Amino acid sequence: MSSVAGVSGTRGRRMRPGRLALYVVLVLGAVPTMLPFVWLIRSALMNDDQIFVAPPDWIPNPFEWANFSGALTAQPFLRYFLNTMVIELFTVTGTVLTCSVAAFSFARLRWRGRNVVFALLLSSVMLPYAVTLIPTFVMWRSLGALDTFLPLTVPAWFAGAGGGVFNVFLLRQFFLTIPFELDEAAYIDGASPWKVFAMIIMPLSKPALVVVTIFTFIGVWNDFLGPLLYLSDESKYTLALGLASFQSVYTAQWGYLMAASAAVIAPIIVLFFVLQRYFIEGVTLTGIKS
Amino acid sequence: MTVAPTVPASRSGQARSRGPAHLSGQGRLERRWGVAMALPAILGFAIFTIGPMIASFVFSLTDWTIGGSPSFVGLGNYRTLGGDELFWKSLSVTTYYTLGAVPLALVIGFVVALLLNQKVRGLALWRTIYYLPTLVPAVASAVLWIWIFNPDFGLLNSLLREGGLPTSQWIYSEGAAVPSLVIMSTWGFGNAMVIFLAGLQGVPRHLYEAVSIDGGGVWQRFRHVTLPMMTPTIFYNLVTGVIGTFQVFNQAYVMTQGGPNNATLFYIYYLWRTAFTESQMGYASALAWILFMVIMVITFFLFRNARRWVYYEMAGAR
Repeated sequence: MSSVAGVSGTRGRRMRPGRLALYVVLVLGAVPTMLPFVWLIRSALMNDDQIFVAPPDWIPNPFEWANFSGALTAQPFLRYFLNTMVIELFTVTGTVLTCSVAAFSFARLRWRGRNVVFALLLSSVMLPYAVTLIPTFVMWRSLGALDTFLPLTVPAWFAGAGGGVFNVFLLRQFFLTIPFELDEAAYIDGASPWKVFAMIIMPLSKPALVVVTIFTFIGVWNDFLGPLLYLSDESKYTLALGLASFQSVYTAQWGYLMAASAAVIAPIIVLFFVLQRYFIEGVTLTGIKS
Repeated sequence: MTVAPTVPASRSGQARSRGPAHLSGQGRLERRWGVAMALPAILGFAIFTIGPMIASFVFSLTDWTIGGSPSFVGLGNYRTLGGDELFWKSLSVTTYYTLGAVPLALVIGFVVALLLNQKVRGLALWRTIYYLPTLVPAVASAVLWIWIFNPDFGLLNSLLREGGLPTSQWIYSEGAAVPSLVIMSTWGFGNAMVIFLAGLQGVPRHLYEAVSIDGGGVWQRFRHVTLPMMTPTIFYNLVTGVIGTFQVFNQAYVMTQGGPNNATLFYIYYLWRTAFTESQMGYASALAWILFMVIMVITFFLFRNARRWVYYEMAGAR
């Protein structure tokens, strides 16, 4: 965490005015960044009378907490939440499991064609999703899997398929940093590669696994296109899809809309606060800086 | 997220010290387990990437409405594309958006990363503040920004009115729609910023010290160390940024439905409409392949151009 302040050591003590300017700029920059959130929250807590006044009020009076209960019962958001969590459970488990197994193979087991296969996998990350979108849809359709969670969860069990390859890359980078002597010693003791993976590599890789878990979780939480494509029965909607349909129904009920949006945003922000340092670590882990 | 084109494979060949004591069985064991453990990934690649790629190309050579049977039309779809006004419109709208959104995110992300790379009090807090917008789910941010852009009671016009400035119709006017969405996308510059931050941490300290010893000040340090050392990161953000903005969809779907008067007919939105509301799977597949080629061509030129300005520490690191 503290390592972010990298360069600072070379800056002298004499930079007092510069220091002040720095904070001024940071504060000024934070205003446009945070303003939409403030606008969201104040609108979520207002009734229509307060929302539609010009010039706008910034402090709700009275606080319209009923927007939240109103919005969240106007559509089955609890149902959407549970649907989302079911998809999360299967997607995160599948991704973490199959991606780390594959990453272990690419990082620490030697087999012919390994590097070619890995390079091929990586290249798929550059492919625009539009190219595979239609045939994948047709495939699920012909399997009769439309309007089920299968198209949204099964690819995760194939190392995340497509975009998930990024996780294989990230985990592989991490696995490469673990001393190979550990494997050697275990093999001499007669361990199988699976045992090395499960008993040595996985326990040492918790930070990387946490990062993949978080990224995957957020990816599912934010996904809109997938559910839009595959789910049509309203009882199967995810939060993102539910919010979008809510938006098209309650176009004029801004208080409700903002309350619902806040409810979809809040969990992810809480998650970020709790796990903040892993996010930064995740970006550093990928080795992008080199 | 996509992967840094500069990174892959460089470490894959990392030599492992294999003791001479290696039993012959060990090699076979590794081979067997290696393939088995990579199998889900390989199958995933075959089923969800290569298979669909081939299918998509075959589809693009047919005239096919879902439910009906496809008829082979050769390059007919591609020929039709040439005269399709909406195709050109969507391509130009998307390019326009990319030209606005990518540079803004890069410049702002870089500046903020530089600021946050200083010894700042409450660093975690600042980082959180600037990163938060990128965490907001696309749909939620679309709903929020529709309200911010509301011409009568939205945040932007309210502020402008209070400041005595001219207001705008934002996403509801043909001219302002794309710039509005650029503003909205700039709000999420945090992604570029975090990657810049990671890059800044990788700049070797001793280079700054060298400049200081030579009597160089802040500007010299920036000009001769930070900037050149950061060019690979800038390049990475540029490439992924362009690839990302060329695939924008949610804003068009949730906020504007491609309007007004097709002013926000983003490429993927047009593709989506063609495939899933007009059910023209063959034509939409051709659209997908053209997008693929456009992105490849742009990436190719970015890479070629990069040789002139991207600095790599190690020769041969591509």
